[in-house]
Amino acid sequence: MGFVYALIAAGLSLIFGLMEIVNFAHGEFLMVAMYVAFFAWALLKLDPLVSLPLAALLLGTLGFTVYHGIIRRVLDGPMLAQIFATFGLAVLLRSAAQFLFGVDFRTVSQPLLAGRVALGPVFIGVPQLAASVAALAAFVGLFLFLSRSETGLALQATAQDRHAAALMGIDTQRMFALGWAIGSACVGVAGGLLAMFFYIFPDVGTPFALLAYVTVALGGFGNVPATLAGGVLVGLVEAFGGLYLTPALKYSAVFALYLGVVLWRPQGLFGRF
Amino acid sequence: MTRLLEARGLDVLLGDYQVLWEARCAVAAGEIVALLGPNGAGKSTLMNSLSGLLRPRAGDVLFDGHAITGLPAHRRVSQGISHVLERRRLFPYLTVRQNVWLGAYAREARADRETQYQKMIELFPIISARANQLAHTLSGGEQQMVALARGLMSRPRLLMIDEPFLGLAPLIVEQLVEVIRRVNQDGVTILFIEQNVERALSIASRGYILESGRTILDGPSSELLHSAEVRRIFLGG
Repeated sequence: MGFVYALIAAGLSLIFGLMEIVNFAHGEFLMVAMYVAFFAWALLKLDPLVSLPLAALLLGTLGFTVYHGIIRRVLDGPMLAQIFATFGLAVLLRSAAQFLFGVDFRTVSQPLLAGRVALGPVFIGVPQLAASVAALAAFVGLFLFLSRSETGLALQATAQDRHAAALMGIDTQRMFALGWAIGSACVGVAGGLLAMFFYIFPDVGTPFALLAYVTVALGGFGNVPATLAGGVLVGLVEAFGGLYLTPALKYSAVFALYLGVVLWRPQGLFGRF
Repeated sequence: MTRLLEARGLDVLLGDYQVLWEARCAVAAGEIVALLGPNGAGKSTLMNSLSGLLRPRAGDVLFDGHAITGLPAHRRVSQGISHVLERRRLFPYLTVRQNVWLGAYAREARADRETQYQKMIELFPIISARANQLAHTLSGGEQQMVALARGLMSRPRLLMIDEPFLGLAPLIVEQLVEVIRRVNQDGVTILFIEQNVERALSIASRGYILESGRTILDGPSSELLHSAEVRRIFLGG
């Protein structure tokens, strides 16, 4: 699960790093992605694993549209306007999902991958394992894109100093829109992967978003590679917390760790701020 | 005198506060021109308006005879304008090589990237010595060299430098002055901001003097150096 958390958090971190805006609708984006996977399965008989590119593409488009439709207009506004803009979007998406899809829990039954495998003494569900591998692959892809490609460098430059970036000939507005598209596409992939084994309902994004904020804060805001470490840490603490305490208390362990780290290192484990 | 850059009647506001009042300046092709004035006179604001980071409320900016007043900063780079910001402003968490490389991000500059990069290494050997180091780990002088190289990567016709010598040791300043002269001899027109009047006018052939957001004086360096008005502004006499 750690890798999936990391991927969700990477999208959040990318957008924050780029323009210091926290997307409070991030969890709802995840929910939308899961419904995309669900309806692709229910209507088109496509397994979530197969419809993954579709979820990524649709969420990327959503992110791009949200940037141009909403975020761009509040970019120079007060911080409170930025918070309310994404928070309002979250409420809108969640209510729309309740209205359109109802509040029932839905699941993708008979997925392509099922059963479980033994890795040494530990049993892991095959869908969970596949989700981890795919999330890690997506994360590595994102990292290579950011660090190796021309556009990735331009994104990093924009994040580090948007005025200096503009003077290099970088269209920073385009980079912001691209950041939203990529950040949201990350959530699209994560949502598609989660749909293989998780219930789908309008509020499903909330706990994941909460974990994403913890993950980003643990790794360090605006530092994409660090979110991988943060995600793995959250995943492990959750798993072992569930094992050694009781499953009901597993998130308490995560949030206790988070509190500890924030008190000890407010900038996160690898943070720059 | 063919004017490469000309700004007329610029009114520029930062928030609700008007910083420039009908400011003007003009730079001819091949010149080195200094922008002078006390702190808060609006020198950086003027330069930021020339490069497109700020949009004037009134006035015109002409480059090579064409109005570029409304053109965003990232498109002025392709026109041949390069601006090195005050305090170098490198991308702190990118390497020296990546910083310099991004200087030629504009489509027009990409074809010559490798040759231009080699030229920059020749001009500033520290670029190859520190190529893989993160920019924020460099000393101030080294950062200024990388910033200048980054600014030259787009093969600009006009290089604007905001306070290139700020906080640097005299020896480094001498090196940088030498480089600026060499770049100018290679055909790049230069406009720079400097607080030290004598140093500025020893490098530039002409100067503009701003006070409280207005261009109050301009002329050849030799004239400005002996002007009573300049002495009044800078020495308070």
